[in-house]
Amino acid sequence: MTRSDVQLMLDVKAGDDSSFNLLLQKYRTPLVNFLYRMVRDTATAEDLAQEVFLRVYRARKQYSPSAKFTTWLFRIATNLALNSVRDNRHRQMEVSLDATPVDEDVAPLQLPTREMRIDEHMVERDRADFIRGVISALPEKQRVAVLLHKYEEMDYGEIARILDCSESALKSLLFRAYETLRVQLAPLVSPPARHAGKEAHHEM
Amino acid sequence: MKCEDVSKELIPYLDRRANSADRHEVEEHLAACSACHARAEELRRLWSVLDEVPIVEPSLGFDARMRARIAEEPQPRWFRWFVPQPRLALSIALLLAVSVWMSRLPQDNSGLAGSAQSEHEQFQVIKNLDVLENYDVLSKFDALDEVPAEQPAQPDKQNDQQQQDDGG
Ligand SMILES: [Zn+2]
Repeated sequence: MTRSDVQLMLDVKAGDDSSFNLLLQKYRTPLVNFLYRMVRDTATAEDLAQEVFLRVYRARKQYSPSAKFTTWLFRIATNLALNSVRDNRHRQMEVSLDATPVDEDVAPLQLPTREMRIDEHMVERDRADFIRGVISALPEKQRVAVLLHKYEEMDYGEIARILDCSESALKSLLFRAYETLRVQLAPLVSPPARHAGKEAHHEM
Repeated sequence: MKCEDVSKELIPYLDRRANSADRHEVEEHLAACSACHARAEELRRLWSVLDEVPIVEPSLGFDARMRARIAEEPQPRWFRWFVPQPRLALSIALLLAVSVWMSRLPQDNSGLAGSAQSEHEQFQVIKNLDVLENYDVLSKFDALDEVPAEQPAQPDKQNDQQQQDDGG
């Protein structure tokens, strides 16, 4: 019998630490990946993931199943990741005087500038790096929305709750984000021949 | 449906989460509008491209590190409040019992007053133990570690000396 996340968390609340271990096993990889795509540094992503789990554990006695467990988990993760990104940005700004402040939903960070061939012949790792770089250059809220939508496959209601916005606002946010990605990743997206095979399973 | 309206429903259409009414409207528009149709195709290809980002696995030490941090967590508050109290209650009860017993004894029994004294000492010791078990109190001792080893007393004395000299 598999217990739901909410049941596991209620068991943790009742003092069962082994249930916490089950939640840890289930969510550590998605969480570390989400955080890695946010902060783009594996060590920082793992530190933040530990901090998220620690906060969940510390809050166990106050836990009430008013929302999905994942909503709570990724809300904490989003806040910690954004704080980390902002702290890091402030630290970088103190070093470089010509850096311009970046506000939410305004100008994106610099795009990947290192020299490489940006096309379908790029080696896999470079392609992945390039894609990660373009995603992380999105404005904060758009970036979180894309990561939760594309990689965590969350539904609109849950993402909207995590981002504290309406579902309608989220749909616009996602559209803008994907449009930016479509333009920035055009060298990878445009050649249709390469992806023709992958499209076969999509219905028209 | 106009192109702007489609743009908002295009993502839910492409990820197949749109309701059937919205889905139908988008399909109708895409059949008639080549610009939106081309954009929809590009967004589909974009999603395939985004799938190329590989999943990273947490490092091998992740779980062990997490378990160690959880083990370091203090016990829940109710545990700290209630566990020392039975002993406190017991020592108070003992003290009461002894004093009631003593009050019934003849006045000149001085030897037993000494035993009441030792009960009182025991009570104090138990009270002190409770303090030692209090995590908050213990954690505050950490602040003492941050006190610099160097004594600032020496320069102060010199300043005092100087002020006295200046004044004199
Ligand atoms: Zn159109």
